[in-house]
Amino acid sequence: MRIVVNGQDREVPSGTTLGGLMELLKVDPRRVVVEFNREIINRSSWEEHVSRELKEGDALELVQLVGGG
Amino acid sequence: MDDKLIIAGREFSNRLMVGTGKYATMDLMSRSLEAAEAEIVTVAVRRMNLDEPGESLLEHIDLNRYTILPNTAGATTAEEAIRLARLARAAGLSEMVKLEVIPDPATLLPDVIGTLEATRILVREGFIVLPYTTDDPIIAAKLEDAGAATVMPLASYIGSGRGFGDPARISLIIERAGVPVVVDAGLGVPSDASMAMELGASAVLINTAIAKAENPPLMAEAMKLGVRAGRLAFSAGRIPKLERASASSPKEGVVK
Repeated sequence: MRIVVNGQDREVPSGTTLGGLMELLKVDPRRVVVEFNREIINRSSWEEHVSRELKEGDALELVQLVGGG
Repeated sequence: MDDKLIIAGREFSNRLMVGTGKYATMDLMSRSLEAAEAEIVTVAVRRMNLDEPGESLLEHIDLNRYTILPNTAGATTAEEAIRLARLARAAGLSEMVKLEVIPDPATLLPDVIGTLEATRILVREGFIVLPYTTDDPIIAAKLEDAGAATVMPLASYIGSGRGFGDPARISLIIERAGVPVVVDAGLGVPSDASMAMELGASAVLINTAIAKAENPPLMAEAMKLGVRAGRLAFSAGRIPKLERASASSPKEGVVK
């Protein structure tokens, strides 16, 4: 199925969970802030969300702090 | 001398805030922060590069030492700025946000109406809001009324190094403000930083003038000294400007 991560379309196996997506993308969830369909997932509650299943068309943003003024 | 900068009840000793953008290397950045003796450092929020993750900024910033001030750079509307501020807070490092709403890439001038709207909403959500604004004292007062913890007027365009266009306008903001005034943007050299502090600014924020100097750590140190000299001069109280000369040596007893 097709989802959108950081503005780009990606194909992932149907049934992929949020936790599974992180493994697929090789992203350590402690090092990013995850926004799932415009809802921010706080790190403290990450464990409650790992098994959430993604659906076709879901949009995620994985952001981090970078150099800026 | 005990001369603390207080922002929303938090105390800081150094009045030079430093940005972490535009350095050629992470090593130059961390050495510059150190040379500036910065306590507050700004960062931006961006999408992670999933194909080439690269170096993480936070591996180069000692979080025990520096207070992180995330910005909302990239936001062109109040809504986008609010979204970035929430994402920044979710990183768990800071309740503070340097609010920027910038619709025009050519001037990088702030949309002060959008900034004011976003300030109101973010203050309600418990953020400590430090809005980037123009050197307009009316807007500065409105931002303060909206609950801003500081106001951050520009000296001139972001990254331009032009120094002050009209320092009298910054003076007016300082005179009327009940919150710290942080001069942000456009400072080029330590004398600009000194001037900001001599005018009575509570702090300055510098990024490009340090990061793009030929020797960033050395410029960071120079800026630190400029800020310190200006602050001491402000505390010492300058002499009034006179129209004519006033001799420094006694008028009496001159050998004729």
